[in-house]
Amino acid sequence: MYVRDTIAAVSTPPGNGGIGIIRVSGDMAAMVGNAIFKPVYDGGLVSHRFSFGTIFDPTSGESVDEAMAVYMRSPRSYTREDVLELHCHGGWLVVERVLALVLSRGIRLADPGEFTRRAFLNGRIDLIQAEAVMDIIASKSESALQLAQSQREGALSKRIDDVRGYLLRALALVEAYIDFPDDDLGATDIAAISASVEEAQGLVSALLATFEEGRILRDGISVLIVGKPNAGKSSLLNRLLNENRAIVTHIPGTTRDIIEETITFEGLSVRLLDTAGIRHTDDLVEQEGISRALGKIPLADLVLAVFDASREFSKEDQMIFDALDGCRTIAVLNKADLDQRLILPDEDRFEATVRIAALSGYGIDLLKHTVCQQFLHSTTADSRELVVLSRARHRDALVSAEQHLQRFTNGLLDRNLELLALDLRGALQAVGSVTGQTTTDDVLDLIFSSFCIGK
Amino acid sequence: MISYDQIYDVIVVGAGHAGCEAALAASRMGCRTMLLTINLDAIALMSCNPSIGGLAKGHLVKEIDALGGEMAKNIDATGIQFRILNTKKGPAVRASRAQADKQLYRLRMKRVLEQQKNLDLKQGEVTSLYFESGELRGVELQSGIRFLSKTVVVTTGTFMRGLIHIGLNHYPGGRAGDQPSIGLSDQLRVLGFHVGRLKTGTPARLDARSIDFTKLETQFGDDPPMPFSLSTERITMPQLPCHIAYTNPHSHDIIRSGLDRSPLYSGIIEGVGPRYCPSIEDKVVRFPDKDRHQTFIEPEGLDTIEVYPSGMSTSLPIDIQIAFYRSIVGLEQVEIMRPAYAIEYDYVDPIQLHTSLETKGVKNLYHAGQINGTSGYEEAAGQGLVAGINAALRVKGQEPLVLGRSQAYIGVMIDDLVTLGTKEPYRMFTSRAEYRLLLREDNADLRLREIGYGLGLVTEPEYAIFTEKQRMISEELERIATTRLVHSEMQLDVLASRGLGDVQKGTTLEHLLKRSDVNYSDLAELDTVSRETPAAIREQVEIQTKYKGYIDRQLEQIEQSKKLETTRIPLELNYDSVKSLTTEVREKLSKNRPDTLGQASRIPGVTPAAISILSIAIKSSSWKDTSDRCTQ
Repeated sequence: MYVRDTIAAVSTPPGNGGIGIIRVSGDMAAMVGNAIFKPVYDGGLVSHRFSFGTIFDPTSGESVDEAMAVYMRSPRSYTREDVLELHCHGGWLVVERVLALVLSRGIRLADPGEFTRRAFLNGRIDLIQAEAVMDIIASKSESALQLAQSQREGALSKRIDDVRGYLLRALALVEAYIDFPDDDLGATDIAAISASVEEAQGLVSALLATFEEGRILRDGISVLIVGKPNAGKSSLLNRLLNENRAIVTHIPGTTRDIIEETITFEGLSVRLLDTAGIRHTDDLVEQEGISRALGKIPLADLVLAVFDASREFSKEDQMIFDALDGCRTIAVLNKADLDQRLILPDEDRFEATVRIAALSGYGIDLLKHTVCQQFLHSTTADSRELVVLSRARHRDALVSAEQHLQRFTNGLLDRNLELLALDLRGALQAVGSVTGQTTTDDVLDLIFSSFCIGK
Repeated sequence: MISYDQIYDVIVVGAGHAGCEAALAASRMGCRTMLLTINLDAIALMSCNPSIGGLAKGHLVKEIDALGGEMAKNIDATGIQFRILNTKKGPAVRASRAQADKQLYRLRMKRVLEQQKNLDLKQGEVTSLYFESGELRGVELQSGIRFLSKTVVVTTGTFMRGLIHIGLNHYPGGRAGDQPSIGLSDQLRVLGFHVGRLKTGTPARLDARSIDFTKLETQFGDDPPMPFSLSTERITMPQLPCHIAYTNPHSHDIIRSGLDRSPLYSGIIEGVGPRYCPSIEDKVVRFPDKDRHQTFIEPEGLDTIEVYPSGMSTSLPIDIQIAFYRSIVGLEQVEIMRPAYAIEYDYVDPIQLHTSLETKGVKNLYHAGQINGTSGYEEAAGQGLVAGINAALRVKGQEPLVLGRSQAYIGVMIDDLVTLGTKEPYRMFTSRAEYRLLLREDNADLRLREIGYGLGLVTEPEYAIFTEKQRMISEELERIATTRLVHSEMQLDVLASRGLGDVQKGTTLEHLLKRSDVNYSDLAELDTVSRETPAAIREQVEIQTKYKGYIDRQLEQIEQSKKLETTRIPLELNYDSVKSLTTEVREKLSKNRPDTLGQASRIPGVTPAAISILSIAIKSSSWKDTSDRCTQ
């Protein structure tokens, strides 16, 4: 699983950027640095000092790029191993060339996330932090980045620690009544035990409630565009994307497959799915496209139902209406610049109605904003204070804790203490899989500091 | 130094509760055994409270009994009050406790030892272990004699460099009235063991004639008293009550007034005391808001006026002791017969032991009892039994007995000790057992009898009784699973009278017994066969049926952890060669040298990530290369 060889990778995103960073981690980092980087000032690389110089090909002696280099000696580095970073010009060709030079020195190309994995395995960061960093690397949008950063700072760990504290208190009480029956502790204080559990339960449910939001922030949302042929779905998609991605014609039925694009609205990552127009047709290919579109409707986080506002409500519009039953939908009334003939039969069933003109761009910003509002209502206030559960693993752990606590509560009045203890231990263990386990000594410490025990 | 002319298989140093079990186990397993004690009149002496059992401790005693140890039989024969604790709670946390006649207890144990084949009893103080060409070969005594043996079990209790404190006075002693053992712990230190210092204490012994028992609450034992041992049919000793008294704010003022002369608070005592058994001054200081502390006044025996006030241990000066005991209602005129005192002693950090209780540093040397940092007669006896068994198995060239955490409290205790070490006197609690629902007093025999028999510690007649019980339990479980209610007139009447009118015809007895409002005695009314079932079988059938869901859950957890528990870490593994471990983890593992991955995972600070790295390291051959190089 973990081999301690030296790895390297480009640490900046692919494509042309201002600078490109090549990161090397492992025992051979310094050797590589000295082999291919020549600082302007003599003295070689000094740990934790940036130096300016040139990267050169040691076999030909040819200079490859002007660069900054920094060497960080173990353990004061991201991976806790020796780390070398080469900051060169961001052109893709240059970056590739420097990486090739590094790899030619017997260094292995890093697997995705391997630097972070090493940081985790070397005890530099804990599991939640490691996952959060992985999220930062993979985050597609600003919201995800903020979520990842706030998580990294341990906001979630802190909250889960609170849960653990309450559970520990409840368990210590239960264990004290079990193990010290002759110790004058008074009657079993079920009220105190359950009060502590209720606090924990409250925190757990609040965290679980944030999961959906967390997932949306992290993974983004899927938005399906549906409408009858030529209502302007593809124009809308292109307007949202600012490019001619979908084929736009005046011939109805042009979009026969589903077109998918990912964009960002106000920091929210949105996967847009454009579909075939929905109508009765004898064309087999088109029929297939329509049935795919209809099939996608229940899977989407949000549906944009596009209607041609310049025409009266039609049979095909009705088909769409029927298919949308139970879905979160925004009605998009296109062609707002033409004569308005459409009267929607049941406007209240939509989350919102937005008038646009896809071709001119009228109403598009309002539409984007309306989409975001559907998902980001509670968390935009101050994302630094944000504690959001976004990992399925964390959610599963808390769901499991919640189940244990539910069982605890159900059995509170008619079950024996040692069985209640089992549920509390189960909950603690579930919570512990996120932050760290609770040991018997933690329980005993609390018992002996809370009760006067001893004969 | 004179060498005695015969070579023993096992020498046990110390004849307290650990030493007695160790010596009996080894000799019963056919090993030539010698038990050495500083004082032959103090064998199995209860130096502190005159009682056996209690929560988790009762469990230990029943396990010792199931394995073929002596403690349960000894208390059954000499107990003067028996109680089952937690009867209102579930079966897993019910526990037996008994008051002992302290003198009868020790005399009976001495008699058992004296009558034991293969066992020699001798008085003498061991001053050092004896080595020949680097190998342990026996022990040397202060009297100038050397006894040779293949293995040595050290069970020195509080005797190694024992120092007794009463107020600011202190003097060497292994227990009030006995000499300490000097020299042995220095040698252990030289051998490379980490030797630490612990402290414990005991209350004064009071003159019962000077106590007004009419002012105290009386607490009687159970009637009939229930024995500990599977081999005891009934308790025949006369039974006595205990009495409950309380301190008051005035007592606490007196105690506070003496703190300036407390060796504990003036820093004279260096050893760490047990948090669960604090002295009275500790209680008063740490819980200033509590305006009374409870004490049980326990009789020390049938034929003595000495009584033991539990929970009232102290190292305060004698004048304060007199004043505060007399401040207790009912004890206004009390006379102290023996003063309370604290004792400091050397212990050897048990992290330096294998799960067999053999030391990692010296082959064929075993440690058991308080030398391992535990407190309590039952904890000591459990370890003594295992150490004695394993010394004998070593002599026979067999694999050691290691009890798992899912098998026995003894297993939990030893695993805790050798994995985590201890910095305060270690006492057993049921909360330490993650498989608590499985480790019950009632099924100690089902868990361990077979092992005891296999070792030769359980006799044929005892084993025959056990196998018969097993057979009856499984037959009865099978029967109630297949017997259905026919709703005869009699059954309908009984169901109606029990408020069970909703029970359908065709319901199995097992299903019925799972209901929380039904117990086995209800079955006995519904079904003639059930009436014949003996009590011990009823109990097992009822518990196993009612708690099946929970028991199965725990069994599942055991299954899940099996891989870690059974993966052995090679003794010669060089942790420094496993580079990807953090320095902190590497240091911890190098210090603890756990036997299995399961043990490693229980060491605080050893992360799940470290365990995966370690498991890879064990599988791969890379570490072998490194360690070979190191040893060359």
